[in-house]
Amino acid sequence: MTALTKAPSELAPAAAAPVSAALIGQPIPRLEDAAILTGQARYTDDLPIKPGTLHAAILRSPHAHAEILGIDVQAARAMKGVAAVVTGEDAKRFAAPFLVGVRAPMEHWCLAVDRVRYPGEPVAVVLADDRYLAEDALDRIEVRYRPLPVVMSIDQALSGDGEPLHPAVGSNIVNTRPFGYGDVNAAFEAAEHRISTTVQYPRNSCTPMECFVVMADYDQADGAYEVLSNFSGPFAIHPVMAKALKVPGSKLRLKLPPNSGGSFGNKQAVFPYIVIMGVCARVAGRPVKWVEDRLEHLMAATSATARRTDLEAAVSGDGRILGLRMEQTDDVGAYLRAPEPASLYRNHGNLTGAYRIPALDVVNRLAVTNKTPTGLNRGFGGGQLYFAIERLMHRIAVTLGLDPLDVIRRNLVPAAEMPYTTASGGILDSGDFLAAVEAATTDGGLDELKARRDKARAEGRLYGIGYAAIVEPSISNMGYITTVLTADERRKAGPKNGAQASATVSVDPTGGVTVTVASAPQGQGHRTVLSQVVAEVFGLRLGDIAVNTEFDTAKDAWSIAAGNYSSRFAGAVAGTAHIAATRLRDKLAKLAASQLNVTPEDIRFAGGRVFAAGNPDNSLSFSRVAAAGHWSPGTLADGTEAALRETAFWTPPPLKAPTEADIINSSACYGFVFDICAVEIDPVTAQVRIDKYVTMHDAGRILNPLMVEGQILGAFAHAVGTALYEEYAYGSDGRFLSGTFADYLVPTACEVPVPVMLHRESPSPFTPLGAKGVGEGNSMSTPVCIANAVADALGMDISTLPLTPARIAALIEKPEVARPASLDAAPPKAPAIAGGRGLQGEGTRTVPASPEQVWAILLDPKELAALLPGCDALDLAGPNAYRAEVVVGIGPVRARYLAEVELTDLDPPRALTLSGRGSSALGFGEGSGHVTLEATADGTRVVYRYDAAVGGKVAAVGGRMLDSATRMLIGQFFDRLIARAGGPAAVETSPSLLTRLLRLLGLRP
Amino acid sequence: MPSLNAQTKHPVTITLNDGTRTGHASPRMLLSDFLRHELGAHGTKVGCEHGVCGACTIRLDGVAARACLTLAVQADGRRVDTVEGLAPDGRMTTLQDAFNRHHALQCGFCTAGILMSLSDYLERVPKPTETELRDMLSGHLCRCTGYAGIVRAVMDVTGQASGNADAKDASGRKEPGHV
Ligand code: FES
Ligand code: FES
Repeated sequence: MTALTKAPSELAPAAAAPVSAALIGQPIPRLEDAAILTGQARYTDDLPIKPGTLHAAILRSPHAHAEILGIDVQAARAMKGVAAVVTGEDAKRFAAPFLVGVRAPMEHWCLAVDRVRYPGEPVAVVLADDRYLAEDALDRIEVRYRPLPVVMSIDQALSGDGEPLHPAVGSNIVNTRPFGYGDVNAAFEAAEHRISTTVQYPRNSCTPMECFVVMADYDQADGAYEVLSNFSGPFAIHPVMAKALKVPGSKLRLKLPPNSGGSFGNKQAVFPYIVIMGVCARVAGRPVKWVEDRLEHLMAATSATARRTDLEAAVSGDGRILGLRMEQTDDVGAYLRAPEPASLYRNHGNLTGAYRIPALDVVNRLAVTNKTPTGLNRGFGGGQLYFAIERLMHRIAVTLGLDPLDVIRRNLVPAAEMPYTTASGGILDSGDFLAAVEAATTDGGLDELKARRDKARAEGRLYGIGYAAIVEPSISNMGYITTVLTADERRKAGPKNGAQASATVSVDPTGGVTVTVASAPQGQGHRTVLSQVVAEVFGLRLGDIAVNTEFDTAKDAWSIAAGNYSSRFAGAVAGTAHIAATRLRDKLAKLAASQLNVTPEDIRFAGGRVFAAGNPDNSLSFSRVAAAGHWSPGTLADGTEAALRETAFWTPPPLKAPTEADIINSSACYGFVFDICAVEIDPVTAQVRIDKYVTMHDAGRILNPLMVEGQILGAFAHAVGTALYEEYAYGSDGRFLSGTFADYLVPTACEVPVPVMLHRESPSPFTPLGAKGVGEGNSMSTPVCIANAVADALGMDISTLPLTPARIAALIEKPEVARPASLDAAPPKAPAIAGGRGLQGEGTRTVPASPEQVWAILLDPKELAALLPGCDALDLAGPNAYRAEVVVGIGPVRARYLAEVELTDLDPPRALTLSGRGSSALGFGEGSGHVTLEATADGTRVVYRYDAAVGGKVAAVGGRMLDSATRMLIGQFFDRLIARAGGPAAVETSPSLLTRLLRLLGLRP
Repeated sequence: MPSLNAQTKHPVTITLNDGTRTGHASPRMLLSDFLRHELGAHGTKVGCEHGVCGACTIRLDGVAARACLTLAVQADGRRVDTVEGLAPDGRMTTLQDAFNRHHALQCGFCTAGILMSLSDYLERVPKPTETELRDMLSGHLCRCTGYAGIVRAVMDVTGQASGNADAKDASGRKEPGHV
């Protein structure tokens, strides 16, 4: 290991017979680390801003679905430090709706126009001198909404009830596409068994630690936008942004930063905000900057699609699948946002996974719901697909009484048939799947795991083993997405296919080599791997290569396929850099050949020298050859081109457009992953513990084993979260419930074990270096592998994720004994607020004063104002009706509500109803309390019963705390009432801010 | 503490990694914003601004603290250590070195916070067991690495083999390291 930390070429002497050891394939630690480890690396939010930059804060919808009746921005605009407030009206003036990937009349504007369709949808933007002031001003924007019924599940969308989100479409199923490959009916007739399953995959996402950042400027004179953002690609989105901003692509200059804090696909979804900030810069006439906060990210950035999959397999007696019927319905959220419906089509060529299944019928549907629009997310569509396929394999085994591993073995594509074309057109390019499975079971110690299972079961413990075998697609065919269109529609739209990658290699006059690629890395070590590849080509040291991964659409070579997604780096980008470097080297060889009087074929590059193969003494330094093109182009032999810079474009040969019969090879290559998982489930806590995890990968040629294992470990950790913890949770009424990292549970070091990683290398015949992608495999294989292990442990079917203790407990525990009816007080009726969180409660307090005195206090607006927590004054708005500003703090957030308070049902001095409703930038609240007063020996017994609903940001962030916060506020009200009536004053305790925050976050008692 | 006015910015002077720095902050300004945008010390990152992810961890008078849960004015007159101060002469510490060798970082957005927590923790607990270490690390979220390289790096610099017979390690590996 330590020997490898030095580049092998550094050890090579620059002597007469120079040598450079191979760099490609070596476990070279990353070159990008030093800057990061010392805090020098620059991420987007660290980069300088232009003078006069305004800071943006976004007002978002508290409702899942509502009509916008009006927006009043006057008060916000008048605030000190506020330069502009931008709304959907401005979007209508300066922008156009986003292009949509299917033919259906749906309009998606960057800022809501007329209607909001998901909680967190951007409604308005405040631009101010700093972010604090901008957020203050959000509070002053008044939006009037009329809540609409919500659609919160795929099943609800499929059922056809419910308000259509996009009235012009008329249905919440916005696209249905049937496909047929092979004779499925014949397969079903011939088969001994029909085995089916239905699964539901949840919404989740990879939540990179860095949120979105956009800096935008508009050049009035040129009519051009310039944006710096941590966008990740695909650059197929660039024309979508340019069209939305109503400019040609050349007038939307997009730059990417040198470092990005993770993406996993998610940073693709910054693009609507690039458009919003473009509009903002144009309206304000000044540069603008926006940094997304974590609540915004969790609530409204992006998500994997939720998917319902129905499978029915025709199965032979020994467990072979002869034909498959598949129905997939993706929940794409409120809008079909580019590049959707890619989630549903990315795996179209590998719908049958790693298996030889000759006949396949598919129906794909797209459902819209009142949730965040979906997008790229590590494993893109694969987690959803394989959750269904591999659950089916397990089910076939259980149904037929076979070993699940045997069912997998019998169906795997045999090595002899490689490259194998699947029913839907995928070309599985290389690999010996069966050999990989055998190696994994032996080297992964399956026998020992089975012994552990036997022992555990003999002791009555819940222990299970699961498997998953998948193909991992990489380098997406830009044409796969058009499979959603009919052949006819495709003909009209023109062919789409391929996956152009680009790289530029240049030499400077001192012999330094620079590589630029349109790859937008987010931590995958592109600099290191590109240095390895290019240094090896030129026989140089790693340190001689400078890799620049910043990106500028106005100056760099790029295509719509550029960017960091679909695991395209190793196969496509590194390979293209190799092509560019090799071309440049060949030109340098020609130059050197004329100076050394040998043929170019005899020129070798190693150890920093350029020399004749037969006579190493006949040599020049690399820098001398490199300099020649700069300093002395005039002395080059006739017809010799100077070797200064080479740009290569490369597209994988097998990527064609979909055929008339919808045959599509959706990716250039397909790695193989086989996983074994052993779990034990605690029967008391219902918690799943991963006892051992084995993951075998064949990702073609490995360029750097450290990076490969890093990618596997990272995807595995994401998958553990997907399988066991993570879900974007919504209430059935539309409220969003996972607004913090205390609600959306990301696995920590205590939850992620270290898997056993095994490798085989079957080079891809289709990529320049034989490498395939590796960073997404476990996001596809691991969630279902864990689910299969849990199913084996419980002897039950598992049809959804995540397998939280609550979900498992519901499976293993007997239902609790019902509460005796006598204990159930009639539950108060929950108010009918769409998108709210219902709260109910009741209580009793004794106030040391007569009912008449208490009554007088309650009916006096001054007194009442003093009792209401966070209220300074009540303005009379009618008989016993008031308007007030109330500041309420829930958890880490405080909101200033504009409230209407009303006293009704007056029965002096015995009973009244106190009701109120209010709204703020943080959401809305509404509730009422019925209060009765009764004289006792000690004064007045006050009995109250309330019901309330809270929605928006407060519900998303403080969901866990709302009940206790409500009780606390009511407690404060009565403490003040008691104090006012002459009782002991409430003791004011004031813990430190930190203690309070930690307490509210549930991190401290 | 002097009484502060919400509307005005107050001078805040801290000892930042051995140098004295003064900036201005309104009372509500977070220490994370103050460091990053007022003093230009961008090494400290923010990942959640609600105290869960640990990305913003700095040392306040030597004790690891969340800069996003601390107000700049609370740090006035105190010592603040950030990632920029770990390797003052440009030579990385053994821990930073081990992070590189063991591929303990990818995007690096979580790294500064983890290094600052560890620099405090390892002074107090020089040889944590893997379970203790993972327990400490659970105050940090990393989305890239699966924590494996981070654990290996720390076990390495504390002179311990990683992953042997520990409940959290499902690899069955006896030695730290790769491949
Ligand atoms: S940013 Fe401070 S803990 Fe996340
Ligand atoms: S390295 Fe990216 S979050 Fe830890």
